[in-house]
Amino acid sequence: MLKFPIFMDYHSTTPVDPRVLETMLPYFSEKFGNAASKNHAFGWDAEEAVAKAREQIAHLISCNPKEIVFTSGATESDNLALKGVAGMYREKGNHIITAVTEHKAILDTAKRLEKEGFEITYLPVDSEGLINLETLKAAITDQTLLISIMLANNEIGVIQPIAEIGRIAKERRVLFHCDATQGVGKIPVNVDEMGIDLMSFSAHKIYGPKGVGGLYVRRKKPRVRLLAMMDGGGHERGMRSGTLNVPGIVGLGEACAIAEREMAEEEQRLMKMRNELQNHIMNELDEVYINGHPEKRLAQNLNISFAYVEGESLMMGLKEIALSSGSACTTATLEPSYVLRALGVGSDLAHSSLRFGLGRFTTDAEIDYVGKRVVEAVTRLREMSPLYEMAKEGIDLKSVQWTEH
Amino acid sequence: MAYSDKVIDHYNNPRNMGSLDKKDKKVGTGVVGAPECGDVMKLQLKISGGVIEDARFKTFGCGSAIASSSLATEWVKGKTLDEAFQIKNTEIVNELNLPPVKIHCSVLAEDAIKAAISDYKKKNETE
Repeated sequence: MLKFPIFMDYHSTTPVDPRVLETMLPYFSEKFGNAASKNHAFGWDAEEAVAKAREQIAHLISCNPKEIVFTSGATESDNLALKGVAGMYREKGNHIITAVTEHKAILDTAKRLEKEGFEITYLPVDSEGLINLETLKAAITDQTLLISIMLANNEIGVIQPIAEIGRIAKERRVLFHCDATQGVGKIPVNVDEMGIDLMSFSAHKIYGPKGVGGLYVRRKKPRVRLLAMMDGGGHERGMRSGTLNVPGIVGLGEACAIAEREMAEEEQRLMKMRNELQNHIMNELDEVYINGHPEKRLAQNLNISFAYVEGESLMMGLKEIALSSGSACTTATLEPSYVLRALGVGSDLAHSSLRFGLGRFTTDAEIDYVGKRVVEAVTRLREMSPLYEMAKEGIDLKSVQWTEH
Repeated sequence: MAYSDKVIDHYNNPRNMGSLDKKDKKVGTGVVGAPECGDVMKLQLKISGGVIEDARFKTFGCGSAIASSSLATEWVKGKTLDEAFQIKNTEIVNELNLPPVKIHCSVLAEDAIKAAISDYKKKNETE
């Protein structure tokens, strides 16, 4: 039995897993203590719960529990990593390297630092969304403090060569921050093997609650120090003051523990479903293009451009399915997806893209239904599309004199 | 984005969607917009004795663009060329309750009507 609307936008957020919710509930009411209260049982209970969560997270990413700094989410973690390093090591250099397809939490933070006098290099990506390691090496100068590259992209799911980047960073004695928001809990992460010094992650992308996340901060080889953005009681090794969100942290911990146990099986299951959806669409429609690397991408992700059909009108025709589009009309800026543009996808095809995000509660019946409805909606809109008609008449759309507006 | 009921109605039941023979001397064709901008409208008018007797559209674009062009075909039918030329984008905005970010869709529809009329005139003056 299908339940509507169908949620296929798991990159944006995820529902809290009922098992996660259950572990959180006591910490709202009977175990409501402040984890910083050292003198009574309420505080001890809370502290113990936080310590357990730290261990669950540390186990998932192979670090020491003391290296986890809790934050309000990945945006805060990204801000803290970049601004914290920039502020702490200002005397050593003024250069940071990142990439054009990073999340806005990185790009906007980098822009802020640029205004404050830092130099930022935005690495390009190839047509499949990957950065070039030689270009990265060439960009490092004696002023470079930090490299910040994401694990998996939120739009196209492309997975960057993190371990290789980590090796380059080590060789050149530059710190390496990884925004792993879309990757942690979905693919294996080992901060030592990957040479990661700082890493952002978020609970609500992995079936935990919204409003909580963390930043991994390496304590040894090298010991990374950060200039705090929040002043207060010196919580979290002085890097992030503020009373800990105990129920949220408990949820994040449990979400990580579940992810660790079920990740491998879940990845296989979702990859099979994703491939089925992809094949269904590709077999029944011509001129559809997959955005991003065909293999080096998350099993949960499918980003497709449907030529001659505009993304927003396509979503309008699929209103019982929660999806996301790279179409400009779905954003406040009226610009099509900067990620797709960075891959060299033309504006026309960027406007025509849909992002499918599969997740833990996606069913085979949903995959079937969504595939069928997408084919239907695209076919109907192509009948309505003057571009499709022109293309079928053999007109080269690139040669047409369009009236820009 | 929440659409008005009228936009949704035009999207679900587009009026006069399709094509007329662009080689027909009685048919004026206007194509406006650009794929890079995310919307292209094709509007065709069949004109007889100075009166628009039929109209068709095809649109690549968001729901508001589809609705604007669908509405335009309804409005021009039965009008003289001069009357059709007077249709203002603001009337389309009001009829469809378009939000500010979608006003360009109505502008495009107005431009499409004018482009189709001028195509018809050009075709028929070079006798």
